[in-house]
Amino acid sequence: MSRRRPPWGAALAAGVAALSVGALAETFDVREPSLAPYRIEGTGIARPLTGRAGDPARGRAIARARTGGHCILCHAMPIPEEPAHGDTGPDLAGVGDRLSGAEIRLRIVNPKYVLAESMMPAYYRIEGLHRVAAGRPLLGAEDVEDLVAYLATLKGR
Amino acid sequence: MILFRLSHGLVAALVLLTTGVAQGDDRRPPRSGLEFVAPGLRQLQEDEFANPGMLWVMRGNQLWREPAGAANKSCADCHGKEAPENAGAAAGYPRFDAARGRPVNLESRINLCRTEEMRAPPLAYESEPLLALTAYFRHAARSQSMVADDSGAMTAVVARGRQVFEQRRGAFDLACRHCHELNVGKSLREERISEGQSNGFPTYRVSWQTLVSLHRRFQACDTAVSAEPLALGHDDYVALEAYLARRGTGLAIETPAVRR
Ligand code: HEC
Ligand code: HEC
Repeated sequence: MSRRRPPWGAALAAGVAALSVGALAETFDVREPSLAPYRIEGTGIARPLTGRAGDPARGRAIARARTGGHCILCHAMPIPEEPAHGDTGPDLAGVGDRLSGAEIRLRIVNPKYVLAESMMPAYYRIEGLHRVAAGRPLLGAEDVEDLVAYLATLKGR
Repeated sequence: MILFRLSHGLVAALVLLTTGVAQGDDRRPPRSGLEFVAPGLRQLQEDEFANPGMLWVMRGNQLWREPAGAANKSCADCHGKEAPENAGAAAGYPRFDAARGRPVNLESRINLCRTEEMRAPPLAYESEPLLALTAYFRHAARSQSMVADDSGAMTAVVARGRQVFEQRRGAFDLACRHCHELNVGKSLREERISEGQSNGFPTYRVSWQTLVSLHRRFQACDTAVSAEPLALGHDDYVALEAYLARRGTGLAIETPAVRR
């Protein structure tokens, strides 16, 4: 199946169905106005949003910053210089062993494709949100790639 | 036969499960935010002399007796010298105002008294005098149980409040329930997540060094998930307030609570 512009609900249902059975047959393209389009294949997004690999050092800074991704709000991460890390999400130490780059990318872009009820924000999404202040995604395509590059380095806890 | 028994058992188990789920949040007793704060803050809240929120309560006590407006009447002229005579009422807001055909919370009730009985201008939401009067009133009801009017016309208001509580919002795409039901006791960095109960409001926030109304807290939670906050006193915030009162029924009022 390949849709050029799947309606949000349909894309979500298809994504959830595809990923929960673990079948890799489902492929669809997501296009939102003013965001770079991306293709979900099976359990991940294989192609970098920017077309090239990100910078892990910058990714680490984004994971930590309150004004960036602020991933440590919810996740423990190997960033010891920050005092309190949240624990509403799983510990991300070793996530590079558990998930491929493509899987990490999908979880940052929009974790609702993996788990509709997820508490984790979609960092690269605009459509279908309620009462949002700004008309841009939480992170830009480059920021997402930098985070993917950084998380992929988190191995062997 | 075995199959029959098995399926019978299964049905029974399912019935138990579904009724358990359906009644789940009604049966679990609500927990006050006080159970989630650091020990230092608990001490500060429980010591009437040290609790900074008591400044507003004392100011409210003065305002209670001060005549105002063209009618030159004070709250005490209509309600008696001591607010405790009305304490039961403070525990039960928001309630439905049949004459006006809408729910009113304590803040708007105080303002209705001002505009209609005292012929004084309404006090702005979150102004010092309105916070003081609200705090004074709720403090007088301290230790009483929160009660919720969810009968009659309030049923729809409480139902609307529940919808708002469960509606994802903001760039973070989170509903109140994601934090205050599904992640109670967990942490967002230095903040320990409570059930988001309203029994301590207005609450003294140490990080802001001021008393804050419940609606101001709603705005802060909305802003935290990058949602456009609603106006103080907005219908949906009043509905949310009614739903929280329903959800927290039985909790003792602890105004003024002290929080981070
Ligand atoms: C508001 C909470 C929250 C924030 C903020 C958050 N996450 Fe998550 N994250 C979760 C939760 C909860 C899960 C568990 C799966 C789910 O519910 O989707 C999760 C799962 C993940 C996973 C999958 C982990 C695994 O072992 O399967 C990755 C990767 C991840 N998050 C990365 C990030 C990154 C990178 C950021 C910041 C850009 C971030 N998260 C910000 C809550 C959050
Ligand atoms: C991203 C997580 C999150 C979301 C979503 C959220 N809150 Fe909160 N809320 C918090 C945190 C953290 C605090 C401060 C710690 C505490 O008291 O729970 C808090 C505090 C509160 C309090 C004060 C509790 C007390 O005892 O002082 C109330 C009431 C409340 N929230 C209601 C709401 C409502 C209603 C919504 C939806 C409009 C909401 N919250 C959405 C995280 C959240």
